Amino acid sequence: MEMILANTVLGVLLVLGLGAAGTAIGFGILGGKFLEGSARQPELAPKLQGSMFLVAGLIDAVTMIGIGIGMWFTFANPFTAALGG
Amino acid sequence: MAELADAAHAAAEHGADPTVQEYITHHLSFLTFGNHPEHGWSLAHTPEEAAEMGFWAFNVDTLGWSIFLGAAFLLFFYRVGKKASVSTPGGVQNFVEMVVEFVDARVTEGFNYKNELVGPLCLTLFFWILLMNTMDLVPVDWITRLFEIFMASVFHFEHAPFKIVPTTDPNITMGLSLSVFFMIIYYSIKNKGIGGFLGELAFHPFGKWMMPFNLIIEVPTLFAKPISLGLRLFGNLYAGELLFLLIASMLGLWQLPAHFVWAVFHILVIPLQAFVFMMLTIVYLNQAHTPVEHH
Repeated sequence: MEMILANTVLGVLLVLGLGAAGTAIGFGILGGKFLEGSARQPELAPKLQGSMFLVAGLIDAVTMIGIGIGMWFTFANPFTAALGG
Repeated sequence: MAELADAAHAAAEHGADPTVQEYITHHLSFLTFGNHPEHGWSLAHTPEEAAEMGFWAFNVDTLGWSIFLGAAFLLFFYRVGKKASVSTPGGVQNFVEMVVEFVDARVTEGFNYKNELVGPLCLTLFFWILLMNTMDLVPVDWITRLFEIFMASVFHFEHAPFKIVPTTDPNITMGLSLSVFFMIIYYSIKNKGIGGFLGELAFHPFGKWMMPFNLIIEVPTLFAKPISLGLRLFGNLYAGELLFLLIASMLGLWQLPAHFVWAVFHILVIPLQAFVFMMLTIVYLNQAHTPVEHH
């Protein structure tokens, strides 16, 4: 039982940490490209900004799904439930 | 999980303050109405009762709030539409026009075919999801506690759960995304024929001799659309709400500035997720209308 709880904690931390790392890198690249693009063509900046937010929402997606699963494992652990815990 | 809920029940009955775990579990539970194996059709009093009701149980609280917000949105826009005046637009009419023009611009640039459903559909999706998401900014205990007190005093229903943000219920978000998915399939088959639709799955991106490989790529892509659409919205809002709960339960008085900081972050996420849902609907429906390319 303790093994399951301990491993669940580590699993959740990996999900959250790697998700955060991936999202941060993705947003960094996205923001950088946006800045580059608007520096080259300032009149396109509003359009680019709209598309930037759209892609930002998409990058967030799997990370958020991971957070949802992480919270599920933390507060309603299905593995301990399967053990009858 | 069972012991937590039992402890919460016992603690509440003895008038003790809930622990952090009990508080969070209570606030993450839905008001579920379903067919319990022992109690018949009733509201669940504990999370295990709710789980025992199985799949076909209704989360009455989120259903009610989503219908209420949807009806409020429709009524509000309808009334403004009826009284719209070209010469003397009021502030409210300007606001509604702003929203409609915003959605219209997105649909016009993203959807290149003739379909009268898409504009109103995207307006509804955007504003309804926006309204449902904005419920997350109401402090966690205000409405929930009032409801709990009401249920305990009038119906002797102790410790009633009540979630006010419908989009934190995966049922609601998957309902929205599955509706969009059925529309995608319907319009794909209507515009391309069932042969065209299946052909697109089987013969793209490589030729017909690579059919199994094409199917391995195309079928998960097709099913990833509704799943990611629904879970993206759910995950974002669930994480936001959970963070509000954690701040509320763990920080004592320091929760007030912390709530403010997180709310400022969350105010970006709320319209962004509504916008992303709407944009993806436009993109998917546009793909559904695009005629199959013949090589």
